[in-house]
Amino acid sequence: MDQAHAPMVLEERPLPVAARKPLLKRMWKERWLYVFLLPGLIYFIVYKYLPMWGIMMAFQRYMPHQGLLDSKWVGLRHFERFFSEPEFWQLLRNTLYIASLDLLIFFPLTIILALMLNEVRVELFKRTIQQLVYVPHFLSWVVVVGICYVLLTTEGGAINSMLQALGFEPIPFLMSEAWFRPMIIIQIIWKDVGWGTIIFLAALAGVNPQLYEAARMDGAGRWRLLWHITLPSIQSVIVVLLILRLGNFIDLGFEQIFLMLNAMNREVGEVFDTYVYRVGLLQGQFSYSAAVGLFKSAVGLVLVVIANTLAKKFGEEGVY
Amino acid sequence: MVKDRSFGSRLFDTINVSVLGLFGILTILPFIYVISSSFSSVPALWPKDFSLEAYIYIFSADTFTRSLLVSVYITVVGTLIQLCLTSLMAYAVSHKQLPGRQVVLLMVLFTMLFSGGMIPTYFVVKSTGLLDTLWALMIPNAISAFYLIILKNFFQAIPEELKESAKIDGSHEVGIFFRIVLPLSLPAMAAFGLFYAVGIWNQYFSAILYISDASKWPVQVILRQVVIMASGAIGDSTEVEQVVYYSNSIKMAVIVVSTVPILLVYPFLQKHFAKGVLLGSVKG
Repeated sequence: MDQAHAPMVLEERPLPVAARKPLLKRMWKERWLYVFLLPGLIYFIVYKYLPMWGIMMAFQRYMPHQGLLDSKWVGLRHFERFFSEPEFWQLLRNTLYIASLDLLIFFPLTIILALMLNEVRVELFKRTIQQLVYVPHFLSWVVVVGICYVLLTTEGGAINSMLQALGFEPIPFLMSEAWFRPMIIIQIIWKDVGWGTIIFLAALAGVNPQLYEAARMDGAGRWRLLWHITLPSIQSVIVVLLILRLGNFIDLGFEQIFLMLNAMNREVGEVFDTYVYRVGLLQGQFSYSAAVGLFKSAVGLVLVVIANTLAKKFGEEGVY
Repeated sequence: MVKDRSFGSRLFDTINVSVLGLFGILTILPFIYVISSSFSSVPALWPKDFSLEAYIYIFSADTFTRSLLVSVYITVVGTLIQLCLTSLMAYAVSHKQLPGRQVVLLMVLFTMLFSGGMIPTYFVVKSTGLLDTLWALMIPNAISAFYLIILKNFFQAIPEELKESAKIDGSHEVGIFFRIVLPLSLPAMAAFGLFYAVGIWNQYFSAILYISDASKWPVQVILRQVVIMASGAIGDSTEVEQVVYYSNSIKMAVIVVSTVPILLVYPFLQKHFAKGVLLGSVKG
């Protein structure tokens, strides 16, 4: 490592006068590359970094007509307000609840589905099922939630028609608190469980077949092969994906939840981003909602950094 | 592979295949229901009376045709913009000798971890004059940091000798990019183009955030109006838009129409995504 860095250090050592010219010269030599770079760089500065600068409105009483520089500073008042509102606990509870359902139900299901697919011996059947279960991943959330609506509505939806035909009362799934979380998790499963298997299947394909041969020679049955060879060999992938998913939980499913929310289930469904949209853009409390957004982004950043550090500890590469 | 022919093993296979088959059917059942209901006056798994009425209605109603045109337009133009910006920038930062490259890469990586959030971004979009224009659906998310890094790695993997030989022939960077690098990366560009296109076609929230002029709404927003907001559950009590009620077959037909383009490109997507996901796990 030191060796590789040595020539670079030599090159970049600041030789007072001489160093500046070579840098400019080097830059001039690459002028066309800067032309290539410029549009993208402008994009990142304007649409990614200017909003970060705009975060200062979270510490102000921001008035759009006054602008960021002339609005009144209020310190941490918006944060104090947010942490003392009952909504804070509600948002936290809802986020944690949906995230735990995701981790406890969706995540294990992707592993189980991958293992099941891996055990299929008829290649054609395996590929057909794979291609079927990948499709929903590419549908928009509006389509997924839309399909859920036409299936579950009390006005001629398939499920309620069936219930009525069997002599039951129709259930107002879409307008109920109790059904909100089950619907969210079922939609996630339908949309992404197949997609989630890809990375496990890739890991499974990399398992050395000789391990299986050797174990079979020793008389191991399929369960033992699964338990002692297959699972241990994808263990690190499972751990890393689990950690990364934990690290992202605060960003969970905003587009989906936004579509599923209504006045009847807001109590159990509202999460940070939907709250920011509602109080910020619909009610015009820009500074307060920017503060809520900043809280969310900051927690997200800390979690992702922790998750990546942990993931690297387990010997795998993180997302950055 | 030595086949295990024991009873237990065969029983396992049978159960395994049945459960998987059932799951596969459950996955496509909603599609079949929606498609056949769109051709039927009563929602059903098999159309009771075949009719194209819903589709005729959709394609003759201004709201729907306009939103479809908007979606097609932003998907085509937006994908081109995204591909141009991403590939040019990725090519520039794929040069290790470029002064300032590390700073730019760090800047890009940081945006994957932290963002200004919805409200500050809204004000930037507003002050750059994109509000209520179709540009708001294409520009604010023009470059995916993730795709940029993958594409950068892809460009770095192109053998240096190929570029060197072009340099000897007297081409400068622009020439090398267009004559050597781009033709070599066409499959990769096609893959990223598809993923970008699916992303734009599927987006709805940008339109809800940035576009209040209903004549500029893409089809996903119309779909939300027709199916979700009109099903009795009005998304937000504070939203004041007029909700019009549509028949079930029209709702189903709108779902079908906004899904078909995805299904059409799916075979092509499918060729690329396994590779894409694996590439994605390559560190930047």
